[in-house]
Amino acid sequence: MAHYEFDMPITEAQVRALRVNDTVTLNGTLFGIRDATQIHMFDRGRKTKFDLRGHAVIHTAPNVKWVGETQGAPTGYAPVCVGTTTSARMERFTRPLMEQYGVRIVIGKGGLFAASQEAFTALGGAYLAIIGGAAALETTWIESIEDVDLDDLNPESLWKFRIRGFGPLLVAMDSHGGNLYTKVTEKARSRREQVLAAIGVGGK
Amino acid sequence: MKIDLNQVEEAAKDLYIRALKLLPPDIKTGFQRLDAAETDATGKSVLGTMIRNITVAEANDNLLCQDTGIPIYNVVIGANIEVDGYQLKQAIGRGCARATKEHPLRSSVVHPVTRINEHTSCGRSVPVINIDFSPDREVLSIEMIPKGSGSENNSFLKMAIPADGIDAVKTFVIDCVLDAGGKTCPPTIVGVGVGGTADLCVHLSKVAATRPLGSACEDPEGAKLERELSAVVNDLGVGAQGLGGDSTAFAVHVETAATHITMNPVAVNMQCHSARRAKATFTPAGVAYGF
Repeated sequence: MAHYEFDMPITEAQVRALRVNDTVTLNGTLFGIRDATQIHMFDRGRKTKFDLRGHAVIHTAPNVKWVGETQGAPTGYAPVCVGTTTSARMERFTRPLMEQYGVRIVIGKGGLFAASQEAFTALGGAYLAIIGGAAALETTWIESIEDVDLDDLNPESLWKFRIRGFGPLLVAMDSHGGNLYTKVTEKARSRREQVLAAIGVGGK
Repeated sequence: MKIDLNQVEEAAKDLYIRALKLLPPDIKTGFQRLDAAETDATGKSVLGTMIRNITVAEANDNLLCQDTGIPIYNVVIGANIEVDGYQLKQAIGRGCARATKEHPLRSSVVHPVTRINEHTSCGRSVPVINIDFSPDREVLSIEMIPKGSGSENNSFLKMAIPADGIDAVKTFVIDCVLDAGGKTCPPTIVGVGVGGTADLCVHLSKVAATRPLGSACEDPEGAKLERELSAVVNDLGVGAQGLGGDSTAFAVHVETAATHITMNPVAVNMQCHSARRAKATFTPAGVAYGF
C-alpha cells in the first residue's frame, strides 16, 4: 500500500503503477464532469476546448458563486461547495473519455463497473474513491476555478479546478483488474443467507 | 394564532440553508456509535473523514455536501391556527427560491423532460410540500429535508402478495441494501414502508428514512421489525461508502399502514450519511429553530 503524490497531468506508466488500496494525492489541475456534460459530449457531438490528456476527471457539479472576473477568479466563479456524486450513472462514459480524450484517472464515489474496469486495463487508467458527502472538506482542497467550458449546462458544466493537496484518495479500481467494490460485494452477497436466517427467513 | 406569511417565507429560506450546514445531533451521535464499533481499517478511515467533514462544514460555515437535493417541506398544522393553505405553499416556494439565489446554492432541480434548470431549486410540484395536522394547540411546524439524489436513486417498491408473508418484506429490505451497495453514500438510514397503497407505502419509506435516529415506529409490530432488521443489517459488510466494514447503516426504520386483504406492499427509501433536516416551530412566543 504505497502513497503517490501526482502533479497532473500524468503518464500511462504512472497510472499503471497504481494498485488497489494505494493512496494518491493530486496537485495542479482537476476537471469536473457530470451526467449532462458527458451526455452532450458523447451523445450530442459537442467538443470541449480543454486538453484532457493525462488528466483526472471528478464526478461533480459544484455550488459556485458569481463574484465577477478577477485574478483569483478568472471565470468570475468562486467555489462555494465542491463535492462528489455517485459514479455508477456515468459508467458508459469511461471508455470514450479515455479513448477520445486521453483521460487517465476517474475520481468518484460508489465505484464503476465491468466496462470501466476493462477500459482501465486496456488503455491504462484507474478509479480513485473519494468520500461522498464530505464536500466541505473537499472544498478546502480547491484553490480556484481556473476555467469553465460548456457552461450552458451549469451546474453540469465542464469545470477546470486548480487544486492543492487533493486527497488522500483511495485507489479502488486499478489497471491490473484490481477492484475493491467487487471484493466487498461478493463478500456481502455471500453473507445474505446467514443474515436472512438470523431474522427467521427461510426456516420453514 | 394567525401565521405571518412573511415569517413563513423567511423560515423556508433559513431552513434550507440551515439543513445543508448543520447535521442534527442524533446523526452525530450515530456516527460516534458506528465509529466506536467499526473493526475494519478502511471503514474506520472513511468514518473518520466523514466526522472531520462535519467539523469543517461548521468551522467554515459551509454546506456539508454539495448535493442540495430535492427540497422537501413537511408542514404540521396544529389546532387553532389561522393560515391560508394556498398562500402558505406559495410562501414556502418563495423562501426556497430565495435561499438558492441569495446564499447562493446549486439548484439541483430540472424539468424531467427538457432537463432545463430554472436555478431556483423549484419547478412543477417542487419543492415537495407535505401537509399534515396535529391536535397540539397554537403550534405550526415546518421541517425541511434536502433529499440527496445518491440515496433517492436507490428507492424500491415491491407489491408482494399475502402468501409471501413478512419474509418477503425482510428479504426485500436486505436485497435492496445489497443492490444499493456504495451508491447510497452509506452509512445510511434504511427507510422501510410496509402496507398501504403503492404510493402510501413509498411515502412511508421516506418518512422512515428521515426520522431521527433513536426514534421508534409507533406501531409495535413496525418497531419489532425495525429492531430485528437493525440488528443484522451491519453484518452484511457493505460498509461505509461500500468499501467494506461494519458501518452499512445507522439503523433500519419502519413505518406501517393498513393494507388490502390481497396486498403485502413493501418499499425501501434510503437516507445517506449526510442525513440532513431542520425544523422551525411557530408558536405565540415566536419562531424557534431546531431539528
